[in-house]
Amino acid sequence: MKMLMCREATCLMSKRLDVPLGIQEKMTLKFHLAMCGACKQCNKQFQLIHDAGRVLEHQTTALPFDLGGDSR
Amino acid sequence: MSASPDSAHDAESLDARQRRLAAVRPRLLAFARMQLRDASEADDVVQEALITAVEKDAHFAGKSGYETWVFGILKNKILDALRAQKRRGRWQPWEDDGVEAAVENQFQATGRWQELARPSSWGDPESTLASERFWQVFDSCMIALPENIARIFTMRELMGLSTRQICEEAGIKENNCWVILHRGRLLLRACLEKGWLTEADS
Repeated sequence: MKMLMCREATCLMSKRLDVPLGIQEKMTLKFHLAMCGACKQCNKQFQLIHDAGRVLEHQTTALPFDLGGDSR
Repeated sequence: MSASPDSAHDAESLDARQRRLAAVRPRLLAFARMQLRDASEADDVVQEALITAVEKDAHFAGKSGYETWVFGILKNKILDALRAQKRRGRWQPWEDDGVEAAVENQFQATGRWQELARPSSWGDPESTLASERFWQVFDSCMIALPENIARIFTMRELMGLSTRQICEEAGIKENNCWVILHRGRLLLRACLEKGWLTEADS
């Protein structure tokens, strides 16, 4: 199996959130994540960022945005 | 806001829904502002969405949650606004703006993480997402994303469009879309980690 470096691994972690990965891609990513703690964290972070968009929409409690501020 | 409920419609629940509209407004604004990156445009689309929600109250079928339904209306308004932005030439051609460097800085030449950029744990995802401070950091990191990346990124992660739909809207190839989303996520995670963990420690 081709060894994946962290940079390419993050590419697959990202793509996985947009489109189903191929079997080969899935396997290489899984293998890399099993061995690399930093990438495992990165994968969790990407997932959290992905979930954040949905939380923003569905969270029932008020979110603490400073809406008085300018957008830039 | 005045509404004209048809006689079949329960006036009391209409009133309750209008209170829920007022309650959801700050979230609609935050959402629109991240997506459109323009405070007054965001105000406008939210206003339009609220008016539509009141006017079309009779169409609310109760299949989804009321807030979800209102967000659906807002997303359509935002998409219209994005298309108008594009027609007016507000979408600048793709430029690098040092983005490549900011992304590549996180890695060594070998493709491993740079020591300083190594992702660490953000703690329990649920409590992270429930934290006020996290959302403040999230908001400022979203605003800090380069515009070209932010537009594609928010279409995917906020609006929930598929990469294929995004390609159509933005006129780019799907491959290109994945590259942009990858960069956006790497930039955002670096920014969030910096802001979130710094605050959490202090």
